[in-house]
Amino acid sequence: MRHPYFFLCLLISAFLSQFTRAETLLITNGNVLIGDDSPASRLDILVENGRIETVAKDLTSLEADRVIDATGRVITPALFAGITAAGLSEIGMVYEAVDSRLNGLYTGLMHPEFDVRRAYNPHSTVVPVTRVEGYGYSLLMAAFGDRTIAGQGSLVRFDGGFDSFEGKTTIYVNVDGYSGNKIGGSRAAHWMLLESVFKELSVDDEDLTLISASGKATLKAVRRNGLFVFRANRASDILQALRFSREHNLNPIISGGQEAWIVRDELARSGVPVVLNALDNLPGSFDGLGARLDNAALLYEAGVTVLFTSGETHNARKLRQVAGNAVANGLAYGAAVEAITSLPAEVFGGKPRMIAPGLQADLVIWSGDPLDVNSAADQVIIGGVPDSMKSRQTQLLKRYLPEDAGLGRAYINP
Amino acid sequence: MPLFLVLFIVLFGCSAVHAQPDAFPSTYTAPPSKPVLFRNATILTGDGQRHDKTDLYIEAGRISWIGKGETAPETLVVDASDRWVTPGLIDVHSHLGVYPSPGVAAHSDGNEATAPVTAEVWAEHSVWPQDPGFPRALAGGVTAMQILPGSANLFGGRGVTLKNVPSTSYQGMKFPDAPYGLKMACGENPKRVYGGRNQSPSTRMGNVAAYRSAWIRAQRYQADWDRYNKAVEDAAEAAADDSSGASVASALLTNTPPRRNLELDTLAGALRGDILVHMHCYRADEMLTILDMAKEFGYRVGTFHHGVEAYKIADELADNGVCGALWADWWGFKIEAYDGIQENIALVDRPEGGCAIVHSDSDEGIQRLNQEATKAMLRGNRAGLSIPPERAIRWITLNAAKSLGIDDQTGSLSTRKMADVVLWNQDPFSVYAKPLQVYIDGVLRYERDNPELNPQSDFELGQLMGAAQ
Repeated sequence: MRHPYFFLCLLISAFLSQFTRAETLLITNGNVLIGDDSPASRLDILVENGRIETVAKDLTSLEADRVIDATGRVITPALFAGITAAGLSEIGMVYEAVDSRLNGLYTGLMHPEFDVRRAYNPHSTVVPVTRVEGYGYSLLMAAFGDRTIAGQGSLVRFDGGFDSFEGKTTIYVNVDGYSGNKIGGSRAAHWMLLESVFKELSVDDEDLTLISASGKATLKAVRRNGLFVFRANRASDILQALRFSREHNLNPIISGGQEAWIVRDELARSGVPVVLNALDNLPGSFDGLGARLDNAALLYEAGVTVLFTSGETHNARKLRQVAGNAVANGLAYGAAVEAITSLPAEVFGGKPRMIAPGLQADLVIWSGDPLDVNSAADQVIIGGVPDSMKSRQTQLLKRYLPEDAGLGRAYINP
Repeated sequence: MPLFLVLFIVLFGCSAVHAQPDAFPSTYTAPPSKPVLFRNATILTGDGQRHDKTDLYIEAGRISWIGKGETAPETLVVDASDRWVTPGLIDVHSHLGVYPSPGVAAHSDGNEATAPVTAEVWAEHSVWPQDPGFPRALAGGVTAMQILPGSANLFGGRGVTLKNVPSTSYQGMKFPDAPYGLKMACGENPKRVYGGRNQSPSTRMGNVAAYRSAWIRAQRYQADWDRYNKAVEDAAEAAADDSSGASVASALLTNTPPRRNLELDTLAGALRGDILVHMHCYRADEMLTILDMAKEFGYRVGTFHHGVEAYKIADELADNGVCGALWADWWGFKIEAYDGIQENIALVDRPEGGCAIVHSDSDEGIQRLNQEATKAMLRGNRAGLSIPPERAIRWITLNAAKSLGIDDQTGSLSTRKMADVVLWNQDPFSVYAKPLQVYIDGVLRYERDNPELNPQSDFELGQLMGAAQ
């Protein structure tokens, strides 16, 4: 039985809301995966002013500006799209529209000061194409190329902002065989250069040879507050990265990690996360002879923090298929959910991304299991605002879906 | 007729008629197998039908019956309750073996990128049968595939259709009697590769000019052989009825057969329709240009590959009986792929006579053709088209077989076709679906939970010794 003043209170609050103009959104009866490893539960979510206000069993008595009935559908925090060049690469092979890598500009092999965030374009078609598929944020990458240090990036939120960057500055370090071959014929050259440059950090000498003054400042700052993503697949390279990070007080993350399962105990002991592609199961190179489908499952069972990346930018939307395949090959379902929702934000220092009161309302309502390829995002919500669910691709579909073209498709302007 | 002339005709005439013997023939034969009864399965036949809780019986390497029928006493019975059965999956576009794993430079055997027209090369001569990608694809349910040259060249060379069986030679994998493919490429790749060397073609118009010049040469080559073969025939006839003096002239013609040319052998084969044309082409306008060119030279384009804009000309493709071998969601990696949409496959499938195919062009994608088809089916259904699983499965079975010219042999579970069969743990249209068993010609070639039926390439043997397990 409701309190007799209940309706009065409602009325007052409705009256007050005229002045505060709080935009409210109520999502009812969804199967909510809150973004940790717990199973889904039937919950209502009230969003106000872009934040999650309440998450509870039954909020249907509340009034809201907009109500979405999510019965039979799944709700998650907006997903992590992996390590991408979204907003940095409009078209892969149109090089003037790709800003994620340094190409032969300097003679130096290490440019930690190269900051791809300066090149980020939220109006790239890649951003809405990715967002409408349920993705709310990504880790911007300085593309691994033929350099030991490729540059820096950080998380970016797909809210359309010009500088929606979050979290810790992240430096990308190459220590694999492919790039080793490019810089001097040996992956040991990476370590030679890295040891030298980190030695220079502690020497007050303006006459630096390996790295610019701003590069030096960047490394010092990131060593204190940031992250170092090491691209390494071979087990021995992963161990070298762990050792180097220990010796130089770095916070490392392993990217690639095809053979991480071989050194999973060492990774677990050192608390170093691995960002991997769970579809990697071929010996694509001699660095990845041990690539296998249950890599994620083995790492997780050993206590390693597992995140995913697909290696794609334009098709970054594939990441939930990657996570789904990890589950199909033994990873706990909750671990996969966590790995593509809240965990990347936690690892890379972004804002918390769970479905919990007080947190930003970046949510997705899914037609079914978000980890399965037979479901899609029905509605993406960023900052409490339902997304238009339009991208260049949805516009192309609307133009070409009608069977009658009339005067021509150019006249069908959705 | 003088004896020497008869002898001459017999010796040379016969060899002329069979001027192109079966080179590098298939040595594949299926080992003996026991009959298998899949009991109580959900069956997608590959040609549009679905049967629930139904039996499928295979015997002597062939599909025997669906529903009810006789079984041999030695039949192995597979309880397929809650399991799904489909035809073996077929990938029309793979570079396994020619761009194998590991992808080291010395393994890069897929593009003879030294001239824009290299119709003379055959992909099979680059195939490394030890590519670990083959057994991985088998675990994904792939029983046959076409290995194609890359797209650096306008005419990249011949493709070959393989059975996905482990073998020390590609001949041991070669699909018996499958027609060859001819790989051609539109657009950016050839003009980038050769334009970048300040060589022709450097433009799309340069591409088209070079195709046409090559077809003209092929037409002339074919005419030379036609004339020669006709002369041989006439001479043989004349010899048989020992008549006119004109026969002597014809017989003399047989003395100078046209010089065989590997490049033109392949191109002429495509003009005749003996070799199926597989054309890498992204943009709608370019595909229409190619269809006009095919009319000019009187050949058929069998399949457009990649075709990210195929949805813009779905009706034209259906009207011309051309298949579209497409990706579920790739786009944006180059500007000719900018307009890719996830509904592409479903829209190509929509018109009457539409022939949509999910292809991989990827050593990852070929392992998960069912997942790729799922994504395409989902997008079609969300766009308001009604695509049930029994329709979508055609995209990775019968339509693919049709594209390769092997649809009379495999691609569906029709009686007397090859018993290429996949037993799935569940509905294959899901990320959680996995092949439990894969049969090729009725032989169990892969079984998920049986280490003895998980083939491994020589390359992977003895690697990572001493690594933690």
